[in-house]
Amino acid sequence: MRKVTWIIFWILFILHHDGWWWNDGTIVLGFLPISLAWHTGFSIAAALLWLFAIRHAWPQEIEAWADAPASSTSTSTSPSPHS
Amino acid sequence: MQQITFWIIIGYFGLLIALGLISRRFSTGTSSDFFVVSRNVGPVLLLLSIFGTTMTGFALVGSTGKAYSSGIGVYGLMASWSGLVHSAVFFLIGIRLWAVGKKYGYLTQCEYFRERYESPRLAYLLFPILVLLVIPYLLVGVISAGKFLQGATAGLFPGVFPVADIILPDGGTRPHPLNGSIPAQWGGLVICLVVLFYVFLGGLRGAVWANAFQTVVFMASGVVAFYLISERLGGLAAATRMVADSEFARPRLAREGNIGHLQFFTYCMIPLSVGMFPHLFQHWLTARSAKSFRLTVVAHPLFIMIVWVPCILIGMWAAGYLGPLGPGQNPNMVLGRMVNELVHSPVLSGLVAAGVLAAIMSSLDSQFVCLGTMFTSDIVLRLSKRSFTDAQKILIGRAFILLIVAVTYALAMWLKDSAHVFDLGVWCFTGFSALFPIVFGAVYWRRSTSAGAIAAVIVTAVAWCILFYRDMIAAKPPGADELLIFGMMPVAIITALSAITFVMVSLRTQPPSAATVQRFFPEK
Repeated sequence: MRKVTWIIFWILFILHHDGWWWNDGTIVLGFLPISLAWHTGFSIAAALLWLFAIRHAWPQEIEAWADAPASSTSTSTSPSPHS
Repeated sequence: MQQITFWIIIGYFGLLIALGLISRRFSTGTSSDFFVVSRNVGPVLLLLSIFGTTMTGFALVGSTGKAYSSGIGVYGLMASWSGLVHSAVFFLIGIRLWAVGKKYGYLTQCEYFRERYESPRLAYLLFPILVLLVIPYLLVGVISAGKFLQGATAGLFPGVFPVADIILPDGGTRPHPLNGSIPAQWGGLVICLVVLFYVFLGGLRGAVWANAFQTVVFMASGVVAFYLISERLGGLAAATRMVADSEFARPRLAREGNIGHLQFFTYCMIPLSVGMFPHLFQHWLTARSAKSFRLTVVAHPLFIMIVWVPCILIGMWAAGYLGPLGPGQNPNMVLGRMVNELVHSPVLSGLVAAGVLAAIMSSLDSQFVCLGTMFTSDIVLRLSKRSFTDAQKILIGRAFILLIVAVTYALAMWLKDSAHVFDLGVWCFTGFSALFPIVFGAVYWRRSTSAGAIAAVIVTAVAWCILFYRDMIAAKPPGADELLIFGMMPVAIITALSAITFVMVSLRTQPPSAATVQRFFPEK
């Protein structure tokens, strides 16, 4: 599912460039210039993408790694003053 | 504006100070609590505080002013790109930095980079560069606050702050639209003092609480302002029709002539900056768990939309309603003037004004705390031979914050009449975006080296200074807009130079030790 997430990401990335409405000042819904309407929809699509990502591509292993005790093979340049 | 509006703003400042006092009561008194809220922030507070930190005067005052000048394409430049890219950075980088921060007890970016790249030298190099890049961000806040208050309080104190009438070409005069307004230097100063007060009392806990509260306030008041302004202009459809009917405003309905294709595309690199914001790094560390990030990742694009769409429309409508701005005014004042001239309820005007100031202050506070943390942790504690108590560490952090605020305030007063908030913000983001390759490499590329990171930082600093000078300081021909290189934003060039340098030098230098790789890269 991580691959699917990133495929959708790159599709959205390409769709962001709505050159087809570059010089189009058409008003939709009575008040919204068409390109602004497109990009408003784009923001909603981005939120849906990230909803999909957190449900199907969440990196569970990171949390487990963070909670595990630190390795004894530390190569710290110096002890952290706050640790 | 009426006196009651002014007192609502003062009351709002009082609320923030009270919040600082309350947050102090919840503090454990340790430096960990002061700097990273004991790493115990849940999903809702994390979303509100990160969003409030990311949205500054740039988002409200700057976006409205830029939409006034360049039209609706400004939403695509910043808001929709940010919705996609910010969340990607939170997902790819934020969660992993939270994990290493939690595992090894880091407080600042420099600490992380020092150990990940096994290089104290890199951390010492990075510290002044991060500070210098945060300063334009602070300037955006202080200038926005001063200018907004100036525009919003026009006519309130004519006896105290008189402004001479404008002399017309025919020899006649008309009153200056800013007569009687609070000068920008006073507004900026008051904002700095209020933020300093609650940050000094509560540290990052005070900032997180204030951010969450202020995010709710500025989102709600933005929607209210949008509704009231559109009503006063005859409704949504009439307001946009006014733009279509105005020869001056009509070009703002599309992008042709306002924004170039490559310029529009290369803005995609600007939101990468969130990966290197030191204050955001510190906010990530406050999370209670990785799951706390989920709400932020999903809701961030929607929150950006809720804030930016109204601002872009108000800026576009302002072009139709106000027409060309007169002498002594710049687009930063557009939002303040629209609120002042169209929102006739003094109570609602006050709430809207408080909301705009909330957006500004919710970024300043985190940046102040972050700079204090970095100075204490990365410079004083590293270089000093003696040990410090928690109280001493907090005191050192506060002293450095005061110094930075003083420098920022002086610079803001120098630049307030010439700097465009939007452009200044974009330059700040450009610098951080260009440093993005080193954090991406630190998290995902085992072969990346300290020499590669140091070289990338130096190349970024040099290229940024040269291009910043050309765009913001050197004299430009009249009417010239932001600097483009082959039609692209400077961020594309500087980031490419930084990334190429980072990769080339890393491949030609000794890789990090196996122990370090094992320490920072979880086994698959």
